[in-house]
Amino acid sequence: MGLTVSAIVNGKPVTAEVDPRTLLSDLLREHLRLTGTHIGCDTSQCGACMIHLDGRAVKACSVLAVQAQGAEILTIEGVASANGELHPMQAAFKQHHGLQCGFCTPGMIMMALDIVKRHPDPSENDIRAGLAGNFCRCTGYHNIVNAVKAGAQAMKQ
Amino acid sequence: MTSSLIGSRVERKEDYRFLTGSGTYTSDVSLQGQLHAYFLRSPHAHARIRRIDTSKAKAAPGVVGVFTGADLPESVGGLPCGWLITDVNARPMKEPKHPLLAQGKVRYVGDHVALVVAETLSQAKDAAESIEVDYEVLPAVVDAARARKPDSPLVHDDAPENTCYVWALGDDSAVNKAFAQAAHVTRLEFINNRLVPNAIEPRAAVASYSRGDDSYTLYVANQNPHVERLLMSAFVLGLPEHRVRVISPDVGGGFGSKIFLYAEETVLTWASRELNRPIKWTAERVESFMSDAHGRDHVTVAELALDRDGRFLAMRVKTTANMGAYLSTFASCVPTILYATLLAGQYTTPAIYCEVTAVFTNTAPVDAYRGAGRPEATYVVERLVSTAAREMKLTDAEIRRRNFITQFPYQTPVALCYDTGNYDATLTAAMKLADVGGFEARRAEAATRGKLRGLGYATYIEACGLAPSNIAGALGARAGLYEAGEVRVHPTGKVTVFTGSHSHGQGHETTFAQVVADRLGIGVADVEVVHGDTGRVLFGMGTYGSRSIAVGGTAIMKALDKVIAKGRKIAAYLMETSEENVEFRDGKFTVGADKSKSFGEIALAAYVPHHYPLETLEPGLNELAFYDPTNFTFPAGSHICEVEIDPETGTTTVIDFTAVDDFGNVVNPMIVEGQVHGGLAQGIGQALMESCVYDRDSGQLVTASYMDYVMPRAHDLPSFRVAYEVTPCTHNPLGVKGCGEAGAIGAPAAVVNAVVDALSPLGVRDIEMPATPQRIWRAIRDANAGAPAQPVR
Repeated sequence: MGLTVSAIVNGKPVTAEVDPRTLLSDLLREHLRLTGTHIGCDTSQCGACMIHLDGRAVKACSVLAVQAQGAEILTIEGVASANGELHPMQAAFKQHHGLQCGFCTPGMIMMALDIVKRHPDPSENDIRAGLAGNFCRCTGYHNIVNAVKAGAQAMKQ
Repeated sequence: MTSSLIGSRVERKEDYRFLTGSGTYTSDVSLQGQLHAYFLRSPHAHARIRRIDTSKAKAAPGVVGVFTGADLPESVGGLPCGWLITDVNARPMKEPKHPLLAQGKVRYVGDHVALVVAETLSQAKDAAESIEVDYEVLPAVVDAARARKPDSPLVHDDAPENTCYVWALGDDSAVNKAFAQAAHVTRLEFINNRLVPNAIEPRAAVASYSRGDDSYTLYVANQNPHVERLLMSAFVLGLPEHRVRVISPDVGGGFGSKIFLYAEETVLTWASRELNRPIKWTAERVESFMSDAHGRDHVTVAELALDRDGRFLAMRVKTTANMGAYLSTFASCVPTILYATLLAGQYTTPAIYCEVTAVFTNTAPVDAYRGAGRPEATYVVERLVSTAAREMKLTDAEIRRRNFITQFPYQTPVALCYDTGNYDATLTAAMKLADVGGFEARRAEAATRGKLRGLGYATYIEACGLAPSNIAGALGARAGLYEAGEVRVHPTGKVTVFTGSHSHGQGHETTFAQVVADRLGIGVADVEVVHGDTGRVLFGMGTYGSRSIAVGGTAIMKALDKVIAKGRKIAAYLMETSEENVEFRDGKFTVGADKSKSFGEIALAAYVPHHYPLETLEPGLNELAFYDPTNFTFPAGSHICEVEIDPETGTTTVIDFTAVDDFGNVVNPMIVEGQVHGGLAQGIGQALMESCVYDRDSGQLVTASYMDYVMPRAHDLPSFRVAYEVTPCTHNPLGVKGCGEAGAIGAPAAVVNAVVDALSPLGVRDIEMPATPQRIWRAIRDANAGAPAQPVR
């Protein structure tokens, strides 16, 4: 019944034996104990589980763990530098109060990095449209939009 | 408030862990040997349970325990309600038993039927599918308006006419007299739409029993762990409270829905002892929709009597409030104490009468959701006021200014005494910030594009800082609503603060640290704030009703006073003078111009006392204080919304939203603005998008996922214009009022007033929330057909 999945997660090779129905989000949270990837819904609507799979932002709850075989995965735990210094996008969220309860935040950061990849100098519209798959119930998005804008600028430097 | 820390935009201490994925939410907790729980829930809105057969489930792979209502011992009580409402005939409200697992009957879709515990979650879910329940399906009633009809099915046999209580506040005869003399009466009928709070972190619990020392540890996503422990220990499970530890670690939003004691964590705690293993449960989103306490759900008829100058003479309000199938923890006080008392709003209306009928239906329990009663009251008042203005050909600003309260303290006819405020200042500032002067030009420009622009106002008041315990007690609260704060100074002068308030996004770890650092003259980084753990914090009533800074913050201030008082005694001894000569400022205890001891030196002396007045003073520097407020606080503000409607599609775009609020003194403007933004988003959501729908016939929950229940996304909202006016609260030392709910209170009325303003040239007078494209399109169609008089349903 168990299938073996091997992938590179946050730069480190990992191997796990999983049930075929295991979601990538469960592989990360339960098998690898990377609990920064959050589960907020059952229908791929909230975006709290957003990660990067081979460089693209995806919702880890809508990918089977076995689909990640051989893939390179980045989760929120791998965004800051090894010495713990925040990535400019993370720092921008802190500076602009782009988070409150923190639950949607990992997904927001992962999506924000993806937006900047596609729009290095994003407009408010680019950001709001880009965040369409991520719910936040705390901030009203106002400060998240400001944070992404500032984070994008900081990433140029 | 001249010092630099109060009022400064200090970045949040809690952010680093959230930004790096190292926060610990309840579902991130995994205990050695833990089992996984799944709840079998009722698929029917109302049914008698003839038989439950769990034998297959019990034999399924990995299953460790299966429990139904019949398995709970007699000694286990139902979930209690914390607020007793006494009805118009001086009888107590009806409180039907709220069992942890269904006993004999299920009363709403999602009601708890059985708990399945297995080695893995998949095994628990698979086993739950094999439980056979023989239901006799009964007719259901879900609408508040239909609950009392003679042909409606009874939800509880011991609540005739599905009535929990009929309650009233105000002077009925004075109101009738005023209406008889009115030059104008404005009347509206409303439905205040049922909402699902939808914190993005679903509810979760991990319960663990230790047989070795007969103790329990419960991790739970909750806003007030001490209340959770007290209710669970004393009223439901009969546990030894001193051996129960409740931890609410990082909590991913609450908005009210995590105040309450729920069946899930309670059964889990009980079952962890039965099975002698830790058990974990995390709600799926569909379970959150089905079983989190919902909000609002009022049906109201409201009338405002005015003289010919547009001055308010009286208000009469009749509301039916849906309680759902059972009374949740604070359900009964929301449409009464937190609603009718707010109907004066910012106005001098001399006579107000409000009658509230609370009814049971076959729906999820309804309880406090962000604003809790106050958004409903504000909606009534502000829709009436703007409608009256239109009918009497007054501007929104003029009718409000003619009726504003300007003298404080002000005793309303509905029990509250406002201590302070300046309503004209917030309105004037909001009008400037919203560029009301330029609106007609913008409206004309929109018209050239075939679009309808509207401007809507709401000037709200709220009562926060729950609560003066004697007043709350007189109104039916079964507990006082104190708060506790403890300040522990370590020998090096660093400080740990233990607060009974709970932060689940509000940033207390920063705001409270600012308060402490400011008072003690130390750095914010030298203060650690601990909350959410009954094992570390002595007591607390938790966070709700925008009470944390006003009540929890004041408790900390009182503890700080004690720390400083003791510090002065120690300093006096060390500097060989009398206590009266010692002053504490800027982090130093000073005597005259030249002698001083730093706060750190005094802290060290307090713990390592080789030179210390041991005969008269105990060593140590750790002080605890309780605070019971003497009055509510009264945040108030003016919200102005500008919308543009596309008449072809009925789609509303919120072009601009301006909020000028008076929260008294503001400790951290960055955090307060964030609170306002979030509240506005939820209020705009209620006005335009969100609606929890049960099927009228089957009682099925139609909106049970994020695909069916529409919440604002980033592209649905504008950037907000937010500013403050300040009149400090007069009865707490920080002069603070609270800010967490304001946005959600003012926004719905402002948005709907804007929508109606946009549609009024067509003859539309009212529109029901949420004002969806379909409703607006139909309103426009009906208006064009010449039949605009009906509110659009």
